[in-house]
Amino acid sequence: MSVDVTMPRATAPAILPGSGGMRGALSDLFWRRPQLLLLLMLLPPVLWLGIVYIGSLFALLAQSFFSIDEYSGLINRQFTLKTYGDLLQAANLDIILRTVTMAALVTLASAIVAFPIAYYAARYARGRWKALFYLGVMLPLWSSYLVKIYAWKLILAKEGILTWLLAKLHLLWVLDAWLSLPVVGGNSLSVSFTGTFIVFVYVWLPFMILPVQAALERVPGNLVEASSDLGASPGQTFRNVLFPLALPGIVAGSIFTFSLTLGDYIIPQIIGTSRLFIGQAVYSQQGTAGNIPLAAAFTVVPIVIMGFYLWGARRMGAFDAL
Amino acid sequence: MRSDRGQSAPLGLKIAAACGLLFLHLPILLIFVYAFTTEEKSFVWPPPGLTTQWFAVTWNRPDVWEALSLSVRVAAISTALALVLGTLCAAAVSRTKFFGRETISLLVILPIALPGIITGIALRSAFSLADIPFSFWTIVLGHATFCVVVVYNNAVARFRRTSGSMIEASMDLGADGFQTFRHVVLPNIATALLAGGMLAFALSFDEVIVTTFTAGQQQTVPIWMLEELIRPRQRPVTNVVAMVVVLVTLLPILFAYYLTRDGDQIAGSGK
Repeated sequence: MSVDVTMPRATAPAILPGSGGMRGALSDLFWRRPQLLLLLMLLPPVLWLGIVYIGSLFALLAQSFFSIDEYSGLINRQFTLKTYGDLLQAANLDIILRTVTMAALVTLASAIVAFPIAYYAARYARGRWKALFYLGVMLPLWSSYLVKIYAWKLILAKEGILTWLLAKLHLLWVLDAWLSLPVVGGNSLSVSFTGTFIVFVYVWLPFMILPVQAALERVPGNLVEASSDLGASPGQTFRNVLFPLALPGIVAGSIFTFSLTLGDYIIPQIIGTSRLFIGQAVYSQQGTAGNIPLAAAFTVVPIVIMGFYLWGARRMGAFDAL
Repeated sequence: MRSDRGQSAPLGLKIAAACGLLFLHLPILLIFVYAFTTEEKSFVWPPPGLTTQWFAVTWNRPDVWEALSLSVRVAAISTALALVLGTLCAAAVSRTKFFGRETISLLVILPIALPGIITGIALRSAFSLADIPFSFWTIVLGHATFCVVVVYNNAVARFRRTSGSMIEASMDLGADGFQTFRHVVLPNIATALLAGGMLAFALSFDEVIVTTFTAGQQQTVPIWMLEELIRPRQRPVTNVVAMVVVLVTLLPILFAYYLTRDGDQIAGSGK
């Protein structure tokens, strides 16, 4: 707060005169009727979000109950459940299952990679190092999403740095053996599920680190000490004391990694196979296929999954860790 | 008070944490090397030679400048809108308790909690139902909606730290509501708003998922990049643009961190 020190003290009265006029009347009105001020403050954001966002969500939901005429390609604006029937075709169920599996694996891997970083930052890093760790997580979090994907395209390309590194280490046979595996392999890493998986983990990792770190920072150090005083080995302390207390943080982070993986369509499109994920299915249905009802029905899947996920996370106390 | 203060971490933990941080940073550093490579057709490593000629080539590309100009204009206007809406909402929520307060916090967070593709396609289907043609303003509409939450988070954290007695003192000394806002409230929340604005700008500048649904034929920088990733035309130009984008987003984040580093909640911990 700045204080105006140049103001001549002698001439300034202790109490300023009322400003009067329209402005004064308005100010007095707000003072007497705080509810009115509250209403005026809330109206713009609530109207904006209510009309633009919630309105759009309802428009989307409404579309999922329309259907497409298969011969003319026109949208038939009449209530029907036919589109949801189409959603349950085997090919579409495949897409949903593939996406959910990927989201679960990405979440698990992010938790494993994030934990040591969060643990170190929360319990050992001090002063300058603490700030460094914080920025070290924040900068990748806010770096451009597309640039991060592009960087991995450079890394995973057949002629890229990873192949070069493995060749130098005489480990190219490991890569070839991995790529020859049925589901996770492919022509090169940049066109395989393994590549998609690595990029997902990379891009969402900071979203996992921050809540886990926050949860670990709240664990009092004397709990850990008490545990070892009572004869627990470091492994037992981790399993029975630290991990249960960090779990809400992990669940909070998993909300992001899971939800973001469910909805992403750019990463699997740029680094991955030609087999679709939910996001890509939505994108191609609304774009090239012009089947907006089916695209809308597809988006209901992640909404429902996330609804259940959030409900479960809330029961585990994950929202306190956010 | 931590009992493990002064103890050093086990070696395994140190290595795991260091590897994790390297994993986060090395890919971004790689972008800087590739911006100087002489190779045009592939992503070959190590670069056969280094050159700065692609900076000049990129400088003379009108499509890059058009995308940049559109991105900056969209981000500026979305940030301005988000600042107004987010601050109003934060002031209302943090100053008073009223019915439906929790619902309003949820409403603000929802656009960023649900996957971007849902926001995107929802806006698109609303535009198509209401027969709104794609324009500059349809992009802004989407961006402002999810930028509100960043400003809101920063402002709410600051309002929580600002004590209400200062406002009462100002009123006791005869200032009217507007004077109190101008001389007491605003100086207190200014840095939080600036930080929120920076983050909102960075968020909007980088957004691609919602934008693909609301832009029609227009190209923002991320859409230009996405186009180049799917159908590459001149890879070295993409490399240079990628490097510039990293630098452009880095500055507002560092500045926002600097502005709020003493607070109980540092800007940018939620995206």
